[in-house]
Amino acid sequence: MSVLVNWKPSANLEALHARAALNRSVREFFIETNALEVELPILNHAPVADTNIEPIAVLASDVMPNLYLHTSPEYSMKRLLCAGSGDLYALGKVFRAGEAGGRHNPEFTMLEWYRLDMDHQELMHEVADLLDELFNDSEVELEDAPLFLTYQQAVIQYAGLDPFSASDDDIKVLGIELAGGDLELNRDGWLDMIMSHKVEKALPKNQLVFIYNYPASQAALAKLNNDDNGQVIAERFEVYLNSLELANGYHELTDSEEQRQRFEKELKGTERPIDEKLLAAMADDEAGLPACAGVAVGIDRILMLRLGKKTISEVISFSAGNC
Amino acid sequence: MANYSTSEFKSGLKVMLDGDPCAIVENEYVKPGKGQAFSRVKLKNLKNGRTWERTFKSGEKLEGADVMDIDMEYLYTDGEFWHFMMTDGSFEQHPASEEAISENKNWLKEQQVYEVTLFNGAILSITPPNFIDLEVTETDPGLKGDTAQGGSKPAYLQTGAMVRVPLFIEIGEMLRIDTRVGEYVSRAK
Repeated sequence: MSVLVNWKPSANLEALHARAALNRSVREFFIETNALEVELPILNHAPVADTNIEPIAVLASDVMPNLYLHTSPEYSMKRLLCAGSGDLYALGKVFRAGEAGGRHNPEFTMLEWYRLDMDHQELMHEVADLLDELFNDSEVELEDAPLFLTYQQAVIQYAGLDPFSASDDDIKVLGIELAGGDLELNRDGWLDMIMSHKVEKALPKNQLVFIYNYPASQAALAKLNNDDNGQVIAERFEVYLNSLELANGYHELTDSEEQRQRFEKELKGTERPIDEKLLAAMADDEAGLPACAGVAVGIDRILMLRLGKKTISEVISFSAGNC
Repeated sequence: MANYSTSEFKSGLKVMLDGDPCAIVENEYVKPGKGQAFSRVKLKNLKNGRTWERTFKSGEKLEGADVMDIDMEYLYTDGEFWHFMMTDGSFEQHPASEEAISENKNWLKEQQVYEVTLFNGAILSITPPNFIDLEVTETDPGLKGDTAQGGSKPAYLQTGAMVRVPLFIEIGEMLRIDTRVGEYVSRAK
């Protein structure tokens, strides 16, 4: 008796067609703008060097070492850039353990691309151009012009606190108020709380919002620089639409020594190995990572908003728990 | 009791928080771009019924709460406790405090079955059925013929509860009451 087993897809036929059309639009955009489509290995020896992202490990066996499903194609794509690929993009599945909910599925579709000789500001405008096309004729009617705010402006405007000059205590007090309890976080953890519980929710609707120039401590793989006020900032940006985070981009750090130091600092005390192949590619005297900017975009979330769906599972053929 | 991680928080799960048993109502996974992942959880305090939101670090654990919902029949009150009996044939009795009964005192009727929430073996709260039939013990005389038009009057029920009823209702009638809102629904059939 299998009458109680639900075998049906999570997404309806309309959503499947919308996804196919979206993939086609993405590819057309990059054909027109001369970026090479590449496929990257899903199985990798070194997991992502970001302890806030949990990779899915594939159990070692007699015939295979311990491998990890990629959480983004970033490291492989950077090795291709080091090898002289030029502008490139990848459209495919990535995997993150534990990320499940109304706006997260542990396996999701990411579009990632890199442009040589662009910085994060220029790349933000290209992201805006692409998203403008992808949201053409959708449930969301986009305002004509995106909103560009620095991280500092956004937090001051929507949370009433300067994230660069406020004391640790002031940030913590607001964080505890938003959380309903003391989660014993560090400064960046409380800023993440303020960002996710206050700022994101207050952003204007039906308009692409670009938030850029993050605190240096949240640089990840972005270059550090001085902003107009002489503050050290990370050349990183995030894109939001209707309080949903759609993309994260960097003016990429190209210095292999600094990259190694960041990896070592992030992974200290963990058992995750460092991706030595990426560092070797960046350190190669003849190759190295060319000056570039890169961005990763969540395709499922774009579909959600395009189709006016409340949950990510409605745009995934078989979502977690149904696959 | 077992510990539950935020990824196991599902609607209905009973956990201990700040010393009180709580039920998870909703759990939303929240992750800002690159940083710390959170679980935004809506909880209901099972002692006082209060619902509120609280955020946890993703992966944080809470102790499970030894909470059970069991059907029991209401027997009587001795003025200090309200006594309930298991309906499984064991005739086992459990006393409920005034705090556990709270406003549901208005809907307690002998031999009626209630959903009783036990915490560590003691009655934490009770939930009456959504609809219950109660007798009118006191109200102004009914107005004959006035069965359609509006207008209402107070009526006292056998439990001491007061509800507003249509003008035509008489003392001694059985009324169907919606216990969730404390309102008259109809005459009992």
